Amino acid sequence: MLTDVSGWAMATVVVLGVLAVAAGVAVFVVDSMARATFALLGSFLAVAGVLVAFDLVYLAVVTALMMTIEMAIMAVFMIAFMMNPAGLMPMTMVHNTKGSAVVGAGAFVVLTAGIWTVDWPARSGQLPADSTRQLGEAIMGSHMLVMLGIGIALFATILAGTVLATARGRYDRFGADLTAARPDDPVPGGLPR
Amino acid sequence: MSAEIVLQIVLTVAAGLIGVGLFGALSQQSIVMVMMGLELVLGGVLLAGGAAWYFLAPELPDAQVLVVVALVVMAVEMAMGFAVTIAIYRARQVDMVDMATDLRG
Repeated sequence: MLTDVSGWAMATVVVLGVLAVAAGVAVFVVDSMARATFALLGSFLAVAGVLVAFDLVYLAVVTALMMTIEMAIMAVFMIAFMMNPAGLMPMTMVHNTKGSAVVGAGAFVVLTAGIWTVDWPARSGQLPADSTRQLGEAIMGSHMLVMLGIGIALFATILAGTVLATARGRYDRFGADLTAARPDDPVPGGLPR
Repeated sequence: MSAEIVLQIVLTVAAGLIGVGLFGALSQQSIVMVMMGLELVLGGVLLAGGAAWYFLAPELPDAQVLVVVALVVMAVEMAMGFAVTIAIYRARQVDMVDMATDLRG
């Protein structure tokens, strides 16, 4: 337990925490888009490491796996949509840096002031034998409404993502009621429906 | 070292991630970089949720469920962000937020 072994486990959490923030800063400092993406991945892996130290193994594994795949996809998008994907020439693509820095630092200061002045309650209850089982029983029992909401949100995301990413679908080609005899294509031709 | 100090240190790290992410999301011009800033903010939420569960109420699953919700928000934000990026680039060759200010008040 983290609180019992306040030695190396505590040091690990601190090192991983510093790593997470340092990698997060690196995202907006490095020139190369690929490097920025992998810096973000490093930050999330450090967060997953801290979650392991907190006995939240399942959530840590989900975070690590999801972020690894997500950043692999993001690297492709970064290289596709950025002007300077390889970072071969130094460039900045920022606006209102000073105002953004004030907002970011202000949020950090306000949160930190709250964190260090609040009188935190003592831990109530004991750690469960298996945190994953606790979560599974919660989302399939007392917190099932959360899971239902998540399911609908993810399904809506699949539909909306597909609709937005489709360049020309069948409704563009055959009309809203799909009754056009011939498809309305930029280049005429194609088989009738 | 007492558990409270460890909790405060971890929450400070989470606040650092939120601050850095906020700075990135507000200052970057590329749509994809804005999304990376938002992801960092959500990473801070993950960390804070895990710390709250471990140090404050490990017998209740609520904080764990909150972390799951934050993970889902990350996935949805990423999927919709990429879809919008593709759609607006395809329609107008826009890849920076400064070029898409139609809804500016």
